[in-house]
Amino acid sequence: MKEIDSIGLVTPQKLFFDCPLTLQNGSVLPHFELMIETYGCLNADKSNAVLICHALSGNHHVAGYHNRDDKHPGWWDNMVGPGKPVDTNRFFVVGLNNLGGCHGSTGPLSINPTTGQAYGAEFPMVTVKDWVKSQAMLADRLGIQQWAAIMGGSLGGMQALQWAIDEPKRLRHALIIASAPRLSTQNIAFNDVARQAILTDPDFCQGHYVQQQKIPRRGLRIARMMGHITYLAEDGLGKKFGRQMRQPNYQYDYNVEFEVESYLRYQGDKFAEMFDANSYLLMTKALDYFDPAKDFDGDLVAAVSTIQAKIFLASFSSDWRFSPRRSQELLDALVAANKPVQYIALNSVHGHDAFLMEDKDYQAAIRIYFNNIASELTL
Amino acid sequence: MNTSTTPLRGDLQLIFDWITPNSRVLDLGCGDGELLAALVKHKNCQGYGLEIATDYVLAAMQRGINVIQADLEAGLQHFNDNSFDIIVLSQTIQSMQNTEKILREMKRVAREAIVTFPNFGYWRNRLQIALRGHMPVSERMPYQWYNTPNIHWCTLQDFDKLCAKNHLNVLQRAVMSGNKRISLWPNLLGSLAFYRVG
Repeated sequence: MKEIDSIGLVTPQKLFFDCPLTLQNGSVLPHFELMIETYGCLNADKSNAVLICHALSGNHHVAGYHNRDDKHPGWWDNMVGPGKPVDTNRFFVVGLNNLGGCHGSTGPLSINPTTGQAYGAEFPMVTVKDWVKSQAMLADRLGIQQWAAIMGGSLGGMQALQWAIDEPKRLRHALIIASAPRLSTQNIAFNDVARQAILTDPDFCQGHYVQQQKIPRRGLRIARMMGHITYLAEDGLGKKFGRQMRQPNYQYDYNVEFEVESYLRYQGDKFAEMFDANSYLLMTKALDYFDPAKDFDGDLVAAVSTIQAKIFLASFSSDWRFSPRRSQELLDALVAANKPVQYIALNSVHGHDAFLMEDKDYQAAIRIYFNNIASELTL
Repeated sequence: MNTSTTPLRGDLQLIFDWITPNSRVLDLGCGDGELLAALVKHKNCQGYGLEIATDYVLAAMQRGINVIQADLEAGLQHFNDNSFDIIVLSQTIQSMQNTEKILREMKRVAREAIVTFPNFGYWRNRLQIALRGHMPVSERMPYQWYNTPNIHWCTLQDFDKLCAKNHLNVLQRAVMSGNKRISLWPNLLGSLAFYRVG
C-alpha cells in the first residue's frame, strides 16, 4: 500500500441473483453472480450512489487495496476516494465486474449449471445492453432507484450511454469519457486481430482450454501487446522509450533488443496470467456490437432523444483509438436532440490510456462536475 | 429586465437586455459562461456556450451551463442549420482568422446574431495614431501591436459594409464607452460596438 489518501483496504463481495436473465442474443442465464466493490456510504434516501463501469479488461476493483502488500491500488484510485474528484466522503461508489468477465462475476470460467463444467466457449455472448440490464438488477438489489451518476471510460463510457438510453429515469448524470457512440471500422479491425491471435493459439482448444489444463498464453500475449500499442500514443511512447536499447550494439536476432519490446512483452505476459481468453473474446465482441443507433435505423439523434440524464463528455487529444472526433459525434447528436451536455477536449500525450492517468485539468473537470451533482442533491 | 441580484458585466448586460425570453441561444466564446448562466436563470433561455480555453471551460462548467470546448475557427459543425434563435459573438470577431466564414456560419445556424467588438474608430484610438503616431492601447484594446490576439480591427463603418456584403440586416446597433451607453456620434465616441443582425 502506498498512497495515504487512498480509500485504504477494501473487500469485494459477490452477489447471487437467483432469477433468469435473458440476454440480447436470446440465451438465458438461469442465475448469475456479480462481483462488486463499494466505497463510501449510501445515504438515507439512497440518492448519492455512483456506478463506475469498467473498460475492456477492467473489473470491480476501482479504488483502494485488497491487502497491505498490494503494490497497486484499484484501477481508478486517482479518481475515486476520500477528497478525490469522485469524493467517497459524499458519494457511495459501486464498482462491478461485468457478466462474462473473469474476476468473480459469472463468466466463461464459471460452472455451467447444465453441464457441471466450466462454461468455456459455451458462455453466451453478452452485450452492453445485457450489462445495463444486469446492473439495473444490481441497483434494485442495493435499493437504488436512481443513480446520482454513472461513469466510465472507453467501453465503460458506452455502458453509461446505454444506461442513459435504456433506463432514462434511473440516472441523473452520465459521464462518458474517451468513448464513442460505436466503434470505427479500424477499431473493429484491431479487435479482430486480437481475437485471431487468441483463436489461432494451439492451446486455445476451441475455447475449452480449461478442461485441457492449458492457457492460450501466446494468443493473449499478442492480443494485449497489439492492444497496448493502440492505447498509447506515438508521442508518449516515443518519449518513454525512444530507440533505447538493452545493449549498445545490434544483436541481429529476435530477442529483446529495444526497451519498448521488453515493455510490451512484460505487459503481454502479465496480462496472459491474469485474464481469461474467452472473456477477452467476449469483451471485444461487446465493443464491436455496441451501436445504440442501430435500433433507430442508424439515427443517433433519435437514439439519444429519450435521454433524461445530463451528460458529461471528455476526450483526449492524442487518443487515436477513441479520438476526440468520436466524442464529438455523440456531442453533435446530443446537441441536435437539445440535451444538456458539457464537453471538455483535454490535451494529453497518453493516448487512450489518458482517461486512467492523473491530469490536472481532467481531474478538475470531474471534481467540478461531481461538486455540482453534490450541490444539486444537497449532499 | 435583469432581475439577477448580482449585476452582469456592463457589456454583457446590454446583450442580455437584447435577448428575448425563452430563446435558444448559442454563445460563441462564452468565457466563464456569465451571460449564458444569467439567460438560463432569468430569461428561461436554453443554450450552449462554445469556448476554446480550458480554464474558461472549467469556470463555465462550474456555473453548470452547457459548455462545449471547441475552436470557432473550425466552424460551427456541431450545429444544424437554423437550430438557434440567437447567436452571440462577444468581443471575439476581431481575433478570428476567418471573419467572413464565422459570419456565414452564424447566419446558417441562427435566425439572428449579436456581434460585439472594440471600435477602432473610437476617438482615443484615433488620437493615439494621429497625434502620437503609435498603435492604440486602451481599456478595450489592452495589447501592444506585436502581442495582440486581435488581428482584424474595424470601425462601425467597416462593420456596416461587411454586413451589407454578407446580406446581414442591421436590426439594432449600440455603442458603449466604459460602462455607459453613448448615443451621439457612435463611431467616434463608442469604444465598444454592439450589433444585432439578421
